[in-house]
Amino acid sequence: MAASIAVDPALLAKAMLPGPVLPEHWLVVAPVLLPLAGGAGLIALRHRSGPARRLAGAFSLAVLALTLLANIGLFRLVAEGGPLTMVMGRWLPPFGIAFTADRLGAAFSLAASAVTLLAAIFTRGERVAGPPAYGPEPFQLLLLAGVSGAFLTGDIFNLYVWFEVLLIASFGLLALGPGREELDGTLKYGFLNLTGTTLFLIAVGLLYGVSGTLNMADLADRLPALKQGPLTALAALFLFAFAMKAAAFPVQFWLPAAYHTPRASTAGLFAALLTKVGIYALLRVLVMLMPGPLEELSLLLAVMAAATMLFGALGTLAERDLRRLPGFVLISGIGTMLAGVALNSPGGATGAIFYGLQSMALMLALYLALFEAARLSGTPDILKGGGLYARHPLFSGLVLALFFAGSGLPPFSGFWPKALIVKAALDIGAWWLAGAVLLSGFLTTIGLARAYLLAFWHPERARPAGRAGDKAGQAAAVGTRKLGLSTTLPLALLGLFVIGFGLFPESLLKLAGDAASGLADPTAYIRSVFPGGAP
Amino acid sequence: MEPVFALLATLFYAAAFYLLLSRHVVRMLIGVALLGNGVNLSLFLAGRLTRDVPPVIGAGEDVLKAGAANPLPQALILTAIVISFSFFAYLLVLGYRAYQTLGTDDTRAMRFAEPDRLDPPSGY
Repeated sequence: MAASIAVDPALLAKAMLPGPVLPEHWLVVAPVLLPLAGGAGLIALRHRSGPARRLAGAFSLAVLALTLLANIGLFRLVAEGGPLTMVMGRWLPPFGIAFTADRLGAAFSLAASAVTLLAAIFTRGERVAGPPAYGPEPFQLLLLAGVSGAFLTGDIFNLYVWFEVLLIASFGLLALGPGREELDGTLKYGFLNLTGTTLFLIAVGLLYGVSGTLNMADLADRLPALKQGPLTALAALFLFAFAMKAAAFPVQFWLPAAYHTPRASTAGLFAALLTKVGIYALLRVLVMLMPGPLEELSLLLAVMAAATMLFGALGTLAERDLRRLPGFVLISGIGTMLAGVALNSPGGATGAIFYGLQSMALMLALYLALFEAARLSGTPDILKGGGLYARHPLFSGLVLALFFAGSGLPPFSGFWPKALIVKAALDIGAWWLAGAVLLSGFLTTIGLARAYLLAFWHPERARPAGRAGDKAGQAAAVGTRKLGLSTTLPLALLGLFVIGFGLFPESLLKLAGDAASGLADPTAYIRSVFPGGAP
Repeated sequence: MEPVFALLATLFYAAAFYLLLSRHVVRMLIGVALLGNGVNLSLFLAGRLTRDVPPVIGAGEDVLKAGAANPLPQALILTAIVISFSFFAYLLVLGYRAYQTLGTDDTRAMRFAEPDRLDPPSGY
């Protein structure tokens, strides 16, 4: 055997990395490996209650903090030196699977690990009704592994695999609650998201048939020379699949059906991460790999974006349930990001990236705060609770800031990307798209302001009779009306992000601009994967 | 050979989407299973479908002979089979559990997460 596998070293050097992997290159996979290993360990050590359960919580926080550190290191490396690539098993691309971190991927991965850490801190103090159940910690870690993998991979089939990893982790998180609402929501979420991911796989298979490669750098190099007709059909399939993941009109109905059913930390994490993965995939596949077909589809995409924004805004106006309200804010935000992608210009992409990054913090904060508000007022219905401002003025003030950021009012973080996208739309004369952004912002402002008026400023409404005389019930109600440190700390930090990026947007603006120019001109990305020139 | 396979995959897709549009969870599950198989067939098509050239690298050669079937899509199919099977198993359990708890497999009767009795607020 030994004789038969002796290979010409010159030939081997073409296929494999000769030396060991550089230490800093391990940082490219660390944001995926750490939570993946931690999640697997926590599944093996799961407990329903007792000190082992608390230990698991502390362990997950430690793993998430390490992941955040790794992400900060990776982000600094990429921001200074340009895209970084690590190949699996030392097999060189396009044969080996490459992980490539550019500014876009590293920034999204950093933001994802930061919000997951905050959601995990929130989970520590979360009270959930019902008998002791397994905690969400392992699935939170696995979800982050899937999301970071999707942000950092440089191989389009591998992107599909990470989509499935994050999907199965999200199924686990959703189905942890045993109630009817959860099961109903999970079932609809499950079927629709699995169909979306399968459509993505079809598109990947056909893309391989057309181009003969799955490596994104190789695709970016080859696709412009291919016939654009079949590619446009493929781009439409990709668009449909990613729109389903991102909850864009007309395939967004699963989101309001499912996102309010699980516990607050799960709902917030989903809102922060999952739809952003869809937007990221749109940016990566359509803007970077298929700019020609995107030009063909831009009108369709713009109409979808406008419809998504208006659907979200109208939903905000009509919704009475505090837990479902942020879902519609999320959908109109998705529409805003789609508008940025549809413009197919540096300004539009910058706006979409900026919106995506700040929306991770904003949506997690909105979900946590509004679920908390529903708990504090004893009912999610905004017409039955009330009086929150009198009891928790600071908390209510934070919610107002989040509402303003969600509507896109200055001086909060939601304002700048909307301004960028409106400007980019007016620059190419798409006044109706700019009008849709402004109209949806206006309607969202009305809807959220009314919800604030009814649920926060309105004096507390009388409880339904029967509960008042029940002493045990009263004591329980008072006990759940406090805000613990593990609840306020993540909310305060997220609030700081939202206000800080609203007041000082320069750094995030520059980052989004750099990431967008890396998408428009992927030369650096390709050179990082193929240092010796494309094959 | 390819046109036959393409037609077969089309048939799978058509049946899968027809079943997925059904109101009943059991039919939707069968639709998911068929969809996964349709995808595998179309992935198979992305490589060459041929038996004429054996995909074996002979002694003294470095690469496959020209015209041999591409093994990469087959590796992709293996991955996709594992994933679609595990998702099907999960959805099967979820659907069964939903049937036990909710007492129905008709998705139109499943209105627990979205009860439609709440009217929008009509004033301040």
